[in-house]
This record gives sequence, structure tokens and C-alpha cells, in this order.
Amino acid sequence: MNTMKRRTFLKGTLAGGVVAVAAASGLLRPAEALAAGWPKNAFTAKGMQDALKDLFGTSATTASKAIKITAPIQAENGAVVPITASTTLPNVEAIAVVVEKNPSPLAASLDIQGAAGYFRTKMKMGQTSPVHVVVKSGGKLYSAKQEIKVTTGGCGG
Amino acid sequence: MSLSRREFLQMLAAASAAGMNLAACKQKSAGTSAGGPYEVPPFGNVSFLHFTDCHAQLLPVYFREPNINIGVGEALGKPPHRVGDALLQEFNIKPNTLEAHAYTYLNFEEAARQYGKVGGFAHLATLVNNLRGQRPGRTLLLDGGDTWQGSATALWTKGQDMVDACKLLGVDIMTGHWEFTYGAERVQEIIEKDLEGHIEFLAQNVVDNTFEDPIFKAYTIRELGGVPVAIIGQAFPYTPIANPRYMIPEWSFGIRDQRLQETVNQARSKGAQVVVVLSHNGMDVDLKMAGRVSGIDVILGGHTHDGMPAPTVVTNPGGKTLVINSGSNGKFLSVLDLDVKGGKVADYRYKLLPVFSNLIEPDAKMTAYIDTARAPYKTKLEEPLAVTESLLYRRGNFNGSFDQLIVDALIERKEADIAFSPGFRWGTTLLPGDAITMERVMDQTAITYGTTTLTEMTGEQIKNVLEDIADNLFNADPYYQMGGDMVRVGGLHYTIDPNAEIGKRLSDLALHGKPLDANKTYRVAGWASVREQPPGTQIWDLVADYLRDKKTVQVKEINTPKIKGMGENPGVAAV
Repeated sequence: MNTMKRRTFLKGTLAGGVVAVAAASGLLRPAEALAAGWPKNAFTAKGMQDALKDLFGTSATTASKAIKITAPIQAENGAVVPITASTTLPNVEAIAVVVEKNPSPLAASLDIQGAAGYFRTKMKMGQTSPVHVVVKSGGKLYSAKQEIKVTTGGCGG
Repeated sequence: MSLSRREFLQMLAAASAAGMNLAACKQKSAGTSAGGPYEVPPFGNVSFLHFTDCHAQLLPVYFREPNINIGVGEALGKPPHRVGDALLQEFNIKPNTLEAHAYTYLNFEEAARQYGKVGGFAHLATLVNNLRGQRPGRTLLLDGGDTWQGSATALWTKGQDMVDACKLLGVDIMTGHWEFTYGAERVQEIIEKDLEGHIEFLAQNVVDNTFEDPIFKAYTIRELGGVPVAIIGQAFPYTPIANPRYMIPEWSFGIRDQRLQETVNQARSKGAQVVVVLSHNGMDVDLKMAGRVSGIDVILGGHTHDGMPAPTVVTNPGGKTLVINSGSNGKFLSVLDLDVKGGKVADYRYKLLPVFSNLIEPDAKMTAYIDTARAPYKTKLEEPLAVTESLLYRRGNFNGSFDQLIVDALIERKEADIAFSPGFRWGTTLLPGDAITMERVMDQTAITYGTTTLTEMTGEQIKNVLEDIADNLFNADPYYQMGGDMVRVGGLHYTIDPNAEIGKRLSDLALHGKPLDANKTYRVAGWASVREQPPGTQIWDLVADYLRDKKTVQVKEINTPKIKGMGENPGVAAV
């Protein structure tokens, strides 16, 4: 009945074939990110629609049940909210994570070639917001969303 | 009027003969010290005894159930969101009986004087021993957590007095919530040094926040009466939000119902014929979870302190799940007998036993243990600070009368405009005329982060904080709730519409009859901040000083907000 301190497994956070990753959540410093071809306009866009337009040329998405979001319902720490996006959609070209109510909503963007649609990252959230995962598959955009609550806390039970 | 145990039994017999709802007390068990209403004939072949949220109350106490426990959305009017007469009607309990007193606030003072105190580990021990004795080799005692916190001695011994009491009581398995407020290291120290070989600490939903490795064992399989039975632990999902995250900086919680489903499937594949979840979710979350996860026979739950006389049966894609919640403060013991036939649960019997201390002979070993554990602190615990002329209690969605004393003390001592006190659901009850001892103050305040604070806040910030907390209580989706009550407020009056959206629930905020100014700065006193604080006065010292000065206290008016849009909500009763 010992507590489990050992790391039992380390799940690969990214499948093979990744071309570029850029995350606004501080995974890459801006200079590094820029060097990797950071889509600056998309990441500094003040609205979700603008960010998607800048990134994909359109903000029109179709809701899809083939996209699965695994993220907390209530954030334990708004500064680092873990999110895993996965999809069974074929021919995934890109995955983006958008925090609708953040001042700059685009939190992460990933370009993929020939890899499984799986992406795990941490993002910063200023307040309770719907979080969208947008997947580009076969030239079209699909999306799913989950509300993640950010609360000041206290008062429990 | 207080009754001796013998007088009490005579009265129960008379009540029973008069046709009151005490059928069970017609039988008196031979050779056991707890007879009468505590006779529960064994049924089937597998048994669980369950208590939860005792909040470290080793001795009998009074505990008043709420008169406001509002259900919103799908929870409207359903257990546990029924109070008083509405609860009695739902469960077909006759008014003015022992059971009615156990489950409701009705006529509290008079009934409490008549029936006496509830709980106490020595009384619980007698019950547990008797029930186990009748169910040998087939019974587990499960503790739902919030066991190591809630009293002075638990705080001063960092949970040790309760750990030793639970070992003596014969707890087999536990999960946790307030346990974590002693910090990750202390929890692991207790598990390794004290619980090893005695009590299994289970939690499927606590993981390392970098790699998501499990921190605790998720489940265990035990053989009861020849039947393999799985018990899965579910700790309070929102511990790092509701309580200080800095105490457990590397642990992540959450409901994690997908992970729970995988655990259930794994336990079944290893041969478990019965799957029980020992949960600290809170009952609303238990009910939602039971509808989403398949393969669980029973959820034995706690956290929201709901003592429900009967299980709620929830249908899910895999079949049916019983959701049971067993109250708080040592006031109740759940007895669940299962008849397992052909590899599955065929039938069950359930009884939530109220623990009335006058009715039960205390266990001698536990009595001696409690005396020893309290001895070093006795003088400090028993210091009389003041006498109350009012009934003092906490539980309910809004201010209780003891909270009113705390916010009054904060405003006076901190020279504040407004005071906030957390909406905890623990805290014992005092009857008019009772001495408020240091022990009773600690019952309301004993936490590891009890530093008092004084903050300057604008009217807008104050409203936002209240809106945020109201959403944690009244969000229509239980997974977005947190299981506490509304923050207790002193100085400030408001109107609340629980059915509204976040940001729109509160209105008419006013201070001494004047509307709260969004741009003006106010002095706000409080305690129990979840952020680290510099050293300062602890809340129990502030309240104790206040009480010593007053000598006699009376709560003339409890600051209950004006509640809007509730209509005939069975979760609200005027008193």
C-alpha cells in the first residue's frame, strides 16, 4: 500500500512527423519561436475569429465529435492549465487551441504532416472560458469545445 | 430536560408502542450493549459500514441540519436538496420522532434537549463492533475522509489523534479531502508510518501534475464472505482550488471519470463481482458521475454532509448504481448489506443509523483512548470563553448563527466595513445556555491556514468575489460546483437569484442601508485565504478574545440574503 512515487510510464506528448510547434503559453520564448517561423499575427490577434483567419485563412469551422478534449473542468491553476487534444479525423494537417476569452485567444498551434492527431500542452487562462480545439483535416476546419472554469477558490466543504 | 440512557430506552419503547416510526426498537438484541433501534438484521453475504466527514469529532456533539440547501437545475427538489418537512415527506418519516430530529433542523433546540448529543467515537465503536460481530468475515468499515481535521486536538496533533482513533475503530479503507491540508509530506508520512498494514488510503483521481502518474493506489480487491469485492477511492476533486494549492503543489486532482471507468473495468476484469466507490465528491457530483460511469454497484459518498435516509438509484448504460451519502460529524453510520448471487448484486438492504449517544453504551477501549489523547490539552480545550443565549450552528447555504458571531468579531476587531468567513459545512452546534469553550470555537475554525486578513477591495471586486463563490455553489452543472456553502458575510446585505448566470446572481448590495459603490474602496476582513499569508492573528484567537470580552452573546439577527426566484423550492424553509 505504498504511495506510488515511481513514474510508471511517460506518454509521448507528440507523435512523430511534427513540423513546427509554437505555443503562447511560454513553452517557447518569443525569439526562439520567431526563429521557428512563429505566426505572430495569429498569436497576437485579439479575437478568436481573427486568430483563426490569420492562421487558416478562414474562421468557419464545423463541430465534430471526432475531436476529443481532455482538460480539467475547473482549472487548478489558471497559469498552467493542461489540455490534451486528440482526433480520429483523417489526414490531419494542423491542430490549434483557442481560449475564447483570453486577451490573445490563440494558445497553441501545431502543424502536422502524416502524424496521428494528438497534442498535449499547457495554456494560460485569465478567466472562465470556452476552450476550442480546431483541427484542419483534408483542407477543412473542424472544432470541439469545452468550458474550463477559472475560479478564485476557497470555501470548499 | 435531558434523559438517561435507561429513560431514553423506556421512552422509545413507549413511542414504538404508540405506533411511532420506530419499529426497529421493538427488538432488543441479546448480549449486545447497543440494542433497540440499532438492531439491523444481517442480510445477504457482503456488508459495508460507512461513515464520512466526521471532522475529527471524537466526543458526542450537537449538529443541526440545514434549513436552506437549495437545489438548482436537475437537482431542484431532489435529495439531498430537501429540508425540514419536505425531507420528511420525501422519505416518509413521521415528524417529532427520533429520526425526524436526526435528519432535519425542525424544532432543533427542544428535540436536542430531549434526544441528547450525537456521534462520538466510543459510541460509534460499540455500533461498529456489534454490527461487525453479526456479520463476521464479510464486512468492511469505510471512512470517506474529512477525518483528520475539524477539532482542536486534530489540528494540534496534525491529525495524529484521529489516525490512531481510526485504527482502533477498525477502519479498513479511507479516502480524503481535508487530510491534504496538512500538506503532501504529512499525508505520505501518515500513510507510510501509521496506516501501512491497517488502513488503505485510496484515490484514483490524484496524479502527479507533470506526468500524471498516480500518487495513491486507486483500488483494492478484498474477499468478503467468499465474494471478491473492489473498492475504489475518489478523493475530493477540487482540493487544490477549494483549499491551498501550496500544501500539495505537485498533485493534481479532478473528477477524472474516464480514468474511473478504466479502473472499474480493470477491477471487473480481475474478477471483482461487486464494485464500490468510496467517494468524497459531494452528492450532486456523485449523482452525475453515477450516470456517466458504468459498472459501479454502489457509491458511498460524502463531502456535502448530506445524511440521506435512503439511496438514490441512478440508471446508466451499464445498469444501476446506488448513491448513498452518510452525513457528517459522526452523527450517522451507514449499514449496507448486499446479496451477491451468480457473480452480481441481486438485492440489498440499507439503513442509515443516527448515532444517538444516550442510546449507546460507549466502548471502554475507545473511551480510554480518547481520554488519553485529550489529557494534554484538556485545560485549554475546556476554557469557558462566554455563554451563548442563542442557538449557535453553521450548516446551511448562507450564514449560520455561529458564522454571524465570527463575522461580527472580525468586523469589530479588524475595524472593517465588511467581513467574509468561508462557507465550510463542518462546525458543531451549541444550545442556548451552553458555555462556548475554546474547543467549540476550534470546532468552527481549526484549519492549517487560519490566519486572519484585512484587505482593501473596491465594491466591484467584492461583487465579483461573491459572484464567483455563488457560482461554485449554484452552477446548474454539478461538475462546476465545489461543494461548500456560500461565503458568510458580515456588514453587507444582498439579494441572490441562484438560478441566474454567473455575474447576474447578486443584486441590491448594500452597506448600512447604502448601496455598495463599485468604485469605492472598503476594508474587508476575512480568514482562510487559499494564498500564502504572512504571519498574523489566527481566527480562533481573535474570536476567543472577542468572546472573553463579551462574556454573554446573543445573535439577534442572522444575515441571510434575500433569496429570489425560488418559488416553492423544497430546499428552502423559513425559520
